[in-house]
Amino acid sequence: MSQSKSASIVDARILVPAIGGAFRKLDPRTLIKNPVMFVVAVVSLLTSVLFIRDLVTGGGDLGFTLQIIIWLWFTVLFANFAEAVAEGRGKAQADSLRKARTETQAKLLNGEDRTKFKLVPGTSLKVGDIVLVEAGDIIPSDGEVVEGVASVNEAAITGESAPVIRESGGDRSAVTGGTQVLSDWIRVRISAASGHTFLDRMISLVEGAERQKTPNEIALNILLVGMTLIFVLATATIPSFAAYSGGYIPVTILVALFVTLIPTTIGALLSAIGIAGMDRLVRFNVLAMSGRAVEAAGDVDTLLLDKTGTITLGNRQATEFRPVKGVNEQELADAAQLASLADETPEGRSIVVLAKEKYGIRARDMATLHATFVPFTAQTRMSGVDIDGSSVRKGAVDAVLAHVNQATVAAHGTRPTSDTNRDLQAIADEIAKAGGTPLAVERNGRLLGVVHLKDIVKGGIAERFAELRKMGIRTVMITGDNPLTAAAIAAEAGVDDFLAQATPENKLSLIREEQAKGKLVAMCGDGTNDAPALAQADVGVAMNTGTVAAREAGNMVDLDSDPTKLIEIVEIGKALLMTRGSLTTFSIANDVAKYFAIIPAMFAVFYVAPGQKNGPLEALNIMHLATPQSAILSAIIFNALIIIALIPLSLKGVKYRAIGAGALLSRNLLIYGLGGIIVPFVGIKAIDMIVTALGLA
Amino acid sequence: MTLIGWMQILLYCAIVLLLVKPLGGYMYRVFSGDRTFLSPILGPVERVLYRISGTSENEEQHWTAYAAGIIFFSLVSFLAVYVLQRLQGVLPSNPAGMPAVEQGLAFNTAVSFVTNTNWQNYGGESTMSYLVQMAALTVQNFMSAAVGIAIAVALIRGFARASGKSIGNFWVDITRCTLYVLLPMCIVLTLVYVWLGMPQTLGPYVDATTLEGAKQTLALGPVASQVAIKMLGTNGGGFFNANAAHPFENPDAISNLIQMVTIFALGAALTNVFGRMVGNQRQGWAILASMGVLFVAGVAICYWAEAAGNPLVHALGIDGGNMEGKETRFGIAASALFAVITTAASCGAVNAMHDSFTALGGLIPLINMQLGEVIVGGVGAGFYGILMFIVIAVFVAGLMVGRTPEYLGKKIEAKEVKMAMLAILALPLVMLVFTAIAVVLPSAVASMANGGPHGFSEVLYAYTSAAANNGSAFGGLSGNTPWYNLTLGVTMWVGRFFVIIPALAIAGSLAAKKTVPASAGTFPTDSPLFVGLLVGVILIVVGLTFFPALAIGPIVEHLAMIHGQTF
Repeated sequence: MSQSKSASIVDARILVPAIGGAFRKLDPRTLIKNPVMFVVAVVSLLTSVLFIRDLVTGGGDLGFTLQIIIWLWFTVLFANFAEAVAEGRGKAQADSLRKARTETQAKLLNGEDRTKFKLVPGTSLKVGDIVLVEAGDIIPSDGEVVEGVASVNEAAITGESAPVIRESGGDRSAVTGGTQVLSDWIRVRISAASGHTFLDRMISLVEGAERQKTPNEIALNILLVGMTLIFVLATATIPSFAAYSGGYIPVTILVALFVTLIPTTIGALLSAIGIAGMDRLVRFNVLAMSGRAVEAAGDVDTLLLDKTGTITLGNRQATEFRPVKGVNEQELADAAQLASLADETPEGRSIVVLAKEKYGIRARDMATLHATFVPFTAQTRMSGVDIDGSSVRKGAVDAVLAHVNQATVAAHGTRPTSDTNRDLQAIADEIAKAGGTPLAVERNGRLLGVVHLKDIVKGGIAERFAELRKMGIRTVMITGDNPLTAAAIAAEAGVDDFLAQATPENKLSLIREEQAKGKLVAMCGDGTNDAPALAQADVGVAMNTGTVAAREAGNMVDLDSDPTKLIEIVEIGKALLMTRGSLTTFSIANDVAKYFAIIPAMFAVFYVAPGQKNGPLEALNIMHLATPQSAILSAIIFNALIIIALIPLSLKGVKYRAIGAGALLSRNLLIYGLGGIIVPFVGIKAIDMIVTALGLA
Repeated sequence: MTLIGWMQILLYCAIVLLLVKPLGGYMYRVFSGDRTFLSPILGPVERVLYRISGTSENEEQHWTAYAAGIIFFSLVSFLAVYVLQRLQGVLPSNPAGMPAVEQGLAFNTAVSFVTNTNWQNYGGESTMSYLVQMAALTVQNFMSAAVGIAIAVALIRGFARASGKSIGNFWVDITRCTLYVLLPMCIVLTLVYVWLGMPQTLGPYVDATTLEGAKQTLALGPVASQVAIKMLGTNGGGFFNANAAHPFENPDAISNLIQMVTIFALGAALTNVFGRMVGNQRQGWAILASMGVLFVAGVAICYWAEAAGNPLVHALGIDGGNMEGKETRFGIAASALFAVITTAASCGAVNAMHDSFTALGGLIPLINMQLGEVIVGGVGAGFYGILMFIVIAVFVAGLMVGRTPEYLGKKIEAKEVKMAMLAILALPLVMLVFTAIAVVLPSAVASMANGGPHGFSEVLYAYTSAAANNGSAFGGLSGNTPWYNLTLGVTMWVGRFFVIIPALAIAGSLAAKKTVPASAGTFPTDSPLFVGLLVGVILIVVGLTFFPALAIGPIVEHLAMIHGQTF
């Protein structure tokens, strides 16, 4: 999250419409969703009615009452404003998405004939319809490619302008409505009806229209309602206590006390925090299908990470040449490079580069050598070149050995010396044990040695895992490698555990096992065979490049298809919970100062000793607020303004730090607990001075 | 304050702490159904009781069945105590010839003893026959204590179990508690008290001639046995009206110390039972530490306020602390300590008149009860009470470390928060609302002995004491009126069952949850940080609830006293 993005909080394009939104949200049907603020609105209305009555009958301190009422309404409006700002940030994004959803014409294919189509509006498509999309066409709705290959521009969703390939079969078959085919053509089976497409869902998600309260939010709301009820008891009993003590407390002042005491700060910001949490994910190009998923992300105990692409760079690289006895490295390197000249795989290229860098062997040109390339096939499991009757091969150790044996028997009627065989095998085993992949090289039936291909662990990944461990999250590496290789890479990357020779089945059973222990599991996947595991995991992040099945099964979609993001998703989930907890603490801690402002103001008139100006409870006025009126006004102004002051924090979120739970708690308690007690003392005193200076009370 | 005074306080704390582990270990074995050294004697009795009542120790109950058992048991107990009082005039063992107890008072007393409150709107020696004292009141002293401990143990099981449906068997729990814990300890204590000079007789009251030649009737009775359970079970209902200030109920400093220790003994040991059941005794010590911080702070303030005395009295040339309403054989330290203990635990026995304490000295007992008696608390009740606050503290703190809050591996979710808030709300509801009505109701105001803030404190104290199931009286308030008998009765009922039911609901819901293994992401709940957090949450939640009421009662009285004004 870059700074420039969070700076957009003060963007006028969001703030100005939010002001209107704040008033629109005064609708009781909207307000009731937020019980604390609904209560504030009700008592504000009550005091307003009483004020109008007093205005007609005359009486009471009208100017003062009016100010209190204004600030009461501001409290409600500020809360609405916070929510509107949070929504506004999503709205801007939704608008740009909406542009992509413009009316399209679809080429509906009918029957068996795959060439004839009729033009129909995109919105009339039903699930199961098959449409033709050609170069330049907008894909009318979500679907799966059933035939053809095309390059597609998905910038409308991902913001990434480089086109991606979509093809039938395999794991890249999903297409999204609103994206554009740039070249070639595809036939697409529609998988979502109009109004339920990925784009529609995205729009409603970023707008917060479908926002439902998450489990923690519900629990927190119960706590807030409970606190509100406690303060109903505390304030509603005061008139009777006052009557006993021989006094009278006006309703406006009781309402002011009540509103300042109930947790309005967190009540006002709670939904903004939730919306902003989803929004942070969206900005991160991750779409959470529910707030529940974001919250679950913060709770994750076990992270399943695919080795390739997440822990290691996608491709293995040659790191050393290991000749057998009687062959020197130079010779091996030369042969290996020769065999790889035409090999366009990253592994092949890395061999050419290593030979050049380490032994100064310049890459030669295939054409000038009159070489013919022998490509890799699943049968031979080797590749290489043939040059004027001589041949060089590299490939899987057993394949090369078999090839050499065959060639030697054919040429000499004998097998190659078993010494060389054994030597080669020993080197290969050693490399495998270290987590590498051995690649045997032979020239004209003579075994030369082994190229060590290694998985390169991404830089800094070990530190990330150490950080995760501090968060209390266990990382498990998922790989198709054999256990030996897996163990070596796991050790190098610093993951806590690994699952070798992973299949969709044992992936799923691993998740179930962890969940049976009460743990929450997160994983990411893209293939159709990942779908069961994605659905089973508590947080399943599907890659946008993946299949429709995977995208349906996960509860989040990563538009950038970057599996490393799982770690950031966890942090965003944690930050969401922390923001709620910290602001709740702050909100409740604030009450101490508010009591010290209002109680002496209310009760100082009781039990005044003869000859004294104030009653004994004036001693509680430790802030030395000027007058009872200014004290009450300052408290209610502070209570309203703090909402505005905390909007940026609630949108940005309290930053998660991997410093251990105990340290994190003491840190947040210090800032939001102790700070929550001190800040209002300072704030109310300052406001009191201003209010007095302006002669407002 | 004197050095000797502080040493008395320290000695007391040391004895209580030393008892925690052995008692906790013993109770843990009792409630786990393990063999104890008393099993050879009590085992057969236990089995016979189960056979008669048709229960089995292997039959476990869902929380709703457990709660239904408690409610049924309490209703039957209530009826028994009520009927016995109403019929005492025609029943035997009534040497003083007490007439039937009036219905309002009988209702109040029945609720009072069933709810472990032991609020007494009557004077024991002038109202109750020996039969009612023994068969109704003393029986309830045992039973209400056993019920409290059973609930605490059931709630602990909720934390200790994973993916379970049941939280134990109520009938088995109260049987074991009474048989293995309360009875043996009371027998020993009774003998000790008799040795210290307490009466234990069924004979009639004795007429004596005083040194001045005046005739005086000395009330006697089975005092020692009732005192033993009244302290151990944190009941607090005195045999005599003067309660533990009466020389027959509390003869000397030694009996005073033993009584104070026994008030805290079982409540403190329950924290250790908790630690053992959840498999980490440090968890129990952390809770006891939170209680300890609040307790020592309370004692320090109360002792200081009483030792400092009243400046208005000092101005008259009388030095020293506030001895009004205190027994000279106990002195200021032991009286202040007793007052804090009896209100911290929901005992309610008194060895000095709280009404005569200074405003600040009287504020501490009031706050102790408003905290919901969670400082050690009533046997069982204090423990399940503090667990409600723990749920809230853990919930807020858990959010602050970025995880769905969990305590001992149990996720704290909407249901737990709702139930904990219900339990926490129940007390201020009755405490504040009834006080608010009473202070403006002329007939209720007429019961106050004093006007102004002190009279206010008397009423607030009465409802607070009743709701917290404490039973101590501030004094000064004439509570035996239809209004107070009825409303205090309702208050006690709400204070007991509106906490018990949510606590059991939490137990049931927690028992059904999986236990999440602790990780570096879970914050430790056995650390000083957690102790501080819990103390903070308790003080803030309760402080915010009662600040206006306290301001208009003891606080304004104290401030006025400084300015030379009394009420």
